Amino acid sequence: MTIALRLAGKLGEDFMLDVALEVPTDGVTALLGPSGSGKTSVLRALAGLDRIDGEIRFGPEVWQNARVFLLPEHRRVAYVFQGIGLLPHLSVRGNLDFAERRARPGPFRREDIIERAGVGKLLDRMPARLSGGEAQRAAIARALLSQPRLLLMDEPLSALDGDARNNLLAQLAVLLADIQIPVFYVTHDLVEAERLSERTIRLVNGRIA
Amino acid sequence: MNLVIATTIELAIVTTILLLLLATPLAWWLARSRRWWKEIIGAVAALPLVLPPTVIGFYVLIALGPDSPLMVLFQPFGIRTLAFTFTGLVIGSLFYSLPFAVQPLRTAFEAVGDRPLEIAATMGAGPLDRFLHVAVPLSRRGFMSAAILVFAHTIGEFGVVLMIGGAIPGKTEVLSTRIYQLVESLQFGQAHEIAAGLIIFSFLALFAMLLIERRIGGIRP
Repeated sequence: MTIALRLAGKLGEDFMLDVALEVPTDGVTALLGPSGSGKTSVLRALAGLDRIDGEIRFGPEVWQNARVFLLPEHRRVAYVFQGIGLLPHLSVRGNLDFAERRARPGPFRREDIIERAGVGKLLDRMPARLSGGEAQRAAIARALLSQPRLLLMDEPLSALDGDARNNLLAQLAVLLADIQIPVFYVTHDLVEAERLSERTIRLVNGRIA
Repeated sequence: MNLVIATTIELAIVTTILLLLLATPLAWWLARSRRWWKEIIGAVAALPLVLPPTVIGFYVLIALGPDSPLMVLFQPFGIRTLAFTFTGLVIGSLFYSLPFAVQPLRTAFEAVGDRPLEIAATMGAGPLDRFLHVAVPLSRRGFMSAAILVFAHTIGEFGVVLMIGGAIPGKTEVLSTRIYQLVESLQFGQAHEIAAGLIIFSFLALFAMLLIERRIGGIRP
């Protein structure tokens, strides 16, 4: 099984995205490139958050083509956003519940995820009261508890620096190595890409380099 | 006197409940739509802010009168006119206070932004689910403001209720029209009582609204 994607469209006054790729439905794929290279656009199209002309297939399923566009809530993907990735009106526990209540049965167990993401002590906190690293770990936990078939991560370390960044990078390396679903990981950092991913796709100016 | 107060409060409560239900989808659409012509609808919804109440009262009176094409539809049900009835007052009040519901709700919905809705969508929440469990709780300040403003503004209306309701004692007479009649008949003492009462009420309503906005605002990032 593969994830196949072909997208071509004008995204701005002078920005054209033109990308085709096909990767196996397991392991971590890094999308590496400088800012403005189109990597987040690819990720958002995979999630169904934006519609760019083209085709997306997940195994035998068509997610998008000229006639079909599967809405994000029906794709069973999880998205870890750059910056704020939690619902601000719910505690960490509330965010995990929100994901779990809408999820189909899946392999991720609540207790296990809470422990691995290290959010056990944060459950009663509101997102505004979390540090950058804590918020990102909670966002990863709520993403996995929605039992996704595909995990999309958009620069989850970009808001962190120093120890917080190194710690989360180490935790992510362990987590992503074990995870049984395919992952797309967007970053502009070559070290991150090499440490976390099986394969790296480089994007420059909206094209695969 | 108690009857006048009861009519006034009943009108304000009914108007507030109905208007929140009607204005919520409109405000949501105005906040989220990307159609260029949405501001035409937005301007129409804001018209009652600047129109003289007599203009609203005049047209609603005509629309609810026995000769209007609208009322012809209701004739099979034995209703010939809604002019000078409590129902007519409610309909006029809905138009008169519409912007006071739409504006705070629209501002609150716009402040929600795309991100929380996208987070919810990627957790499997459909449009109605996202609206009810993400947009509404994040906009609770807007709902509070809208409810208080509509309630207070409906109690404060005069021109519209006078034209549509005719200030019939026990039926369509409210506090504002009672003041007018008391002054007409030179009963200044009683007019003072009601007028001062309305000033105190209005102050408390606005003060409560500002407190609520600050209190709830403190929790948000």
